[in-house]
Amino acid sequence: MPMPSGSKLTQSNAAGWAFALPGFALMVLFIIVPFVFAIVLSFTNQRLVSPNPTEFVGWSNYQQLLGVGMLTLEPEKDASGAIIRDADGQPTYPRVRTYTRNNPDYPGLKGMRELTSWQSGQNRTYILASDVVFLRAIINTFIFVLVVAPVQGGLALGLALLINQKLRGINIYRAIYFMPVVVSIVVVSLLWRFIYDGNSGLLNNMLGALSFGAFKPVNWLGNPHTALGAIIAMSIWQAVGFHMVIWLSGLQTISPTLYEAAAIEGSTKWQTFRYVTWPGLRNTAVLVLIVITMQAFALFAQIDVMTKGGPLDSTQTIVFQAVQRGYGKQDISGGSAISVILFLIVLTISLVQRYLTREKT
Amino acid sequence: MARIVLKNLRKSFGSVDVIKGVDLAIEDGEFTVFVGPSGCGKSTLLRMIAGLEDISSGSLEIDGTVVNEVQPKDRGVAMVFQTYAIFPHMTVRENVAFGLTIAKTPKAEKEAKVAEAARILQMEHLLDRRPSQLSGGQRQRVAIGRAIVRDPKVFLFDEPLSNLDAALRMNMRMEIGKLHQQLSATMIYVTHDQVEAMTLADKIVVLKDGQVMQIGTPMELYHEPVNIFVAGFLGAPSMNFLTVDVGEVSGDSATVRAGALEPIAVPTRGRDIRAGGTATLGVRPQYLGPVDAGQTGMLHGKVDLTERLGSETVVEMTLRDGAKLIAAFAEDRIFTPGQGVDLNFDPARAHLFAEAPPDPTAH
Repeated sequence: MPMPSGSKLTQSNAAGWAFALPGFALMVLFIIVPFVFAIVLSFTNQRLVSPNPTEFVGWSNYQQLLGVGMLTLEPEKDASGAIIRDADGQPTYPRVRTYTRNNPDYPGLKGMRELTSWQSGQNRTYILASDVVFLRAIINTFIFVLVVAPVQGGLALGLALLINQKLRGINIYRAIYFMPVVVSIVVVSLLWRFIYDGNSGLLNNMLGALSFGAFKPVNWLGNPHTALGAIIAMSIWQAVGFHMVIWLSGLQTISPTLYEAAAIEGSTKWQTFRYVTWPGLRNTAVLVLIVITMQAFALFAQIDVMTKGGPLDSTQTIVFQAVQRGYGKQDISGGSAISVILFLIVLTISLVQRYLTREKT
Repeated sequence: MARIVLKNLRKSFGSVDVIKGVDLAIEDGEFTVFVGPSGCGKSTLLRMIAGLEDISSGSLEIDGTVVNEVQPKDRGVAMVFQTYAIFPHMTVRENVAFGLTIAKTPKAEKEAKVAEAARILQMEHLLDRRPSQLSGGQRQRVAIGRAIVRDPKVFLFDEPLSNLDAALRMNMRMEIGKLHQQLSATMIYVTHDQVEAMTLADKIVVLKDGQVMQIGTPMELYHEPVNIFVAGFLGAPSMNFLTVDVGEVSGDSATVRAGALEPIAVPTRGRDIRAGGTATLGVRPQYLGPVDAGQTGMLHGKVDLTERLGSETVVEMTLRDGAKLIAAFAEDRIFTPGQGVDLNFDPARAHLFAEAPPDPTAH
């Protein structure tokens, strides 16, 4: 029998478990149980408050959320075979709802609504979705992530490079850039509602003044074309300081001697960045990218405070939908299904990012 | 190939003067070593020559051109750092070729130069490795290779061997010496190690507190130190210093004595030694010899400790008047602690200094 190593304390299992128990119990209660619950509930018809017993419904919540179909329609023709055109000369098509409602020939399209459509030759192709709002939310969330991740990461790196200099008063700049991070996102969102105000908002006034009145005021949050962009801009501004600090810590781990060596070898500023700074920031870059991506997928507070998903669902997001479903509409199972879908999306993207940024030997 | 001239070079950080006016001429092809205790400004001086530190005043000329305001890359210098400063994400080949890559040198020329540097440094087999797979000595070779390929006018070495272990350090020291012979380039080398200074240098510059103490060949500095600092800094074990009373001074020699020292006439070498005052007598441990039993020597003391190194015996002694002394005898001798020993020395190899001896705890 091998001699046990280590002190008596580390060998004593009972004491070890006793110490670990409180923390372990809290983690189980607040992380593991809700996680398992979300997965289980997403396969039921559980409602927040309901007199009916909960039933297992299989994949139907997911089908309801993710169901999509495609429909290609030919133009309507009269008896002679000529295309019937409307007053503008455009061909007319049968109404989509004749295929999605009570049409036994198209059971797969039952209950779906139009998400988008395009013209291909004479025919018109429709993308249909059983939950148009949720698909809108997925698309918006992806747009948000695809814009915020590179822009916020890049901007934060730029700021970090600027403040990583030995200048008098550089700490004032560090503090200024970091300040929005300390303020609650809810407060920031409220303030930016005033900035984005359609009548006398700061942004409209400033643009008006800069263009000597030529700029027509825009209701930034009330216009479906600008609402998501406005929220993206504000979100980037709010958290850029946080990522700047992470970049800065990465920058400061690079040995100053490497910069001196590069300077003596005759490296230009850009070459120094390319050959010394950027390779030295590899691990930091992976971290920043993953953190921004995960934070961006969780977009909720800004939407809740500023637009509530509107106008015309142009700012719906996955988490906002999950909360609205689960608590607004008391559809706990639907909300859970959305959470699970978000979890799978984020998990997949993290794994892909890890694979793409792995250390190549 | 370059001649470097420093004229009254000064450097201050705020109100702190680090380099307090250095005048120095380094000839083309010369191997110059800056040596001194830590904090003496030797690295700062080297970095000023490299262009990594601004020059507060004075002028720095390379090949007759004042380069005070010239960017490091345009001074034609290459530098090897104590911490190697090789780029961790590049292979050895990419590291060595770095200067050529950013200068957009044609590929064939670049490869030829890298191959040549690898041949000189005997590291052809390392070219495709990454720095993390190299030992300290190999990394330093890469750093030297990066300097060689650029064909610089001046090589600058900033304590390049300090991070290596003793055996490797001796090897690399010899390699750097050979490299200088092969390239016959101007090299400036900073170290706090007097052995490196003595073995490598054509010319040693001893610095202390931002000032030049003495400039000369290793043997000039060893045999003719101009002050107590230089005398005590070079040589191991260091020179013994005894406070002595000066008796008669006649011409170029003075008779001195102390509690444990018989009166002896020592050359003054033109120093300001006054009769009736005190002076400091310096004798290297190697120049002290034991007196055979039964005879009396010039110095009287007893043994505290013996270190037998085989080829040499180092004896720590307390003299009759309480002064401490170290003697190094060229053969293996056995002494017992407490044993009384008399010593002799050749007065021509002793030095008299007007200054007081350095505080032994101050190094």
